[in-house]
Amino acid sequence: MAGSSPGEYIKHHLGNLTYGKLPEGYVRECDGRDTVTLTETTWTFACNGNEAKDMGFAAFHVDSLAWSGGLGIIMCLMFWLVARKATAGVPSGFVNFIETIIEFIDTQVRDSFHGKSKLVAPLSLVIFCWVFLMNLMDLIPVDVVPATFSWIMTSFFGWTAQEAYFKIVPTTDPNITLSMSFCVMLLVIFFTIKAKGVGGFIGTLALHPFEASNPVVKVLLIPVNLLLETIGLLAKPVSLGLRLFGNMYAGEFVFILLAAMMGTWQFIGAWPWAVFHILVITLQAFIFMVLTIVYLSMAVEDH
Amino acid sequence: MNMNATLIGQAIWFALFVFFCMKFVWPPISRALDERKQKIAEGLSAADRAERDLELAQEKATANLKEAKEKAAEIIDQANRRANQIVEEAKDAARTEGERLVAKAHSEIDQEVNQAREQLRKEVAALALSGAEKVLAGEVNQDAHKQMLEQLAAEL
Repeated sequence: MAGSSPGEYIKHHLGNLTYGKLPEGYVRECDGRDTVTLTETTWTFACNGNEAKDMGFAAFHVDSLAWSGGLGIIMCLMFWLVARKATAGVPSGFVNFIETIIEFIDTQVRDSFHGKSKLVAPLSLVIFCWVFLMNLMDLIPVDVVPATFSWIMTSFFGWTAQEAYFKIVPTTDPNITLSMSFCVMLLVIFFTIKAKGVGGFIGTLALHPFEASNPVVKVLLIPVNLLLETIGLLAKPVSLGLRLFGNMYAGEFVFILLAAMMGTWQFIGAWPWAVFHILVITLQAFIFMVLTIVYLSMAVEDH
Repeated sequence: MNMNATLIGQAIWFALFVFFCMKFVWPPISRALDERKQKIAEGLSAADRAERDLELAQEKATANLKEAKEKAAEIIDQANRRANQIVEEAKDAARTEGERLVAKAHSEIDQEVNQAREQLRKEVAALALSGAEKVLAGEVNQDAHKQMLEQLAAEL
């Protein structure tokens, strides 16, 4: 466990394992190591929060990406196995389970999305299951995986315990949730253009919500409309991503606080919160999916 | 809370998974589910049809049974009638045969009576003749009285 005080403990648990670019002449001041001045631009793991910040945009959260990708691959493999076995006959155990999920998603999509698209249903499936799996990592006791990782890195790779940041819940990383929600926004724009044309898309931005029959007033209203609608367009993905992030971050934070307070007793102490958190996990995955469907549905429908 | 290239990495993962599911997961499973729905619908309608068929078959069987019963009754009736007829015929035949036998017996008896009467008459005639012969002895000429005697015999 990194850090002795609860403050340091919590701070360490909220940091991501970051791999990124440090510029030439950067002074590295890592705990437990000599201070080094870089002679050339270097791609490396950040050894503390300051370095991760100084890397700027040219950095990856390796833990978030690995867990989200790994969980996504597991999910796809399960789906693929079922898809290969799927027949019109009587389904068996696991196939039945996946088919239930798929039928559930299908119902949601049919209820909310009235256009025709081959993309929306699988998109919703991936969002729901993937976000659910990523959220589910929250239920693993907070120290188990990071402590294992820390032990491996300090024992075999010569890292210090402070460097071994590791967060296993990808959805507590705003990069992950906002990335997904902005992908959804791009799809919304794509669907709008596909349904209404480029002119129609600009029309939805410029000619609503204030409408006028007089052409002069219409032109006068365009800047106001543009401002409002652009904010509205951007508010959708931001709220979508931040809602998921906020809920999961808060949940994770409670687990970390409980762990900081109770030490090993967290396995008992965090149990009620974990039970309650199962609800949050499922609900947030569901909300993310439903809102995606609703936004896409609004894109293809006339107001 | 640093915003960085993780955004792009996650977007790539997202696109990959959505693409994979769109190509290889959703279509086959969705198709299988649709097929199953159709199969179940067909099965249900087949069950309905079978039920109707069963009803029809039962109706037909009842009708057949009824017909067979009627036929059997008719046949039994016919047989009874025929049996009666045969009995009647047999009775008739027996009666005629009996009558014939009785008639025959009667005629035989008559014949024998006649024969006996004839013989008796002849014997009586002969007896009378011999008696008369003895009584009359030489007085009576056999030849002269023969005709009278025969007349006598015939009257007996």
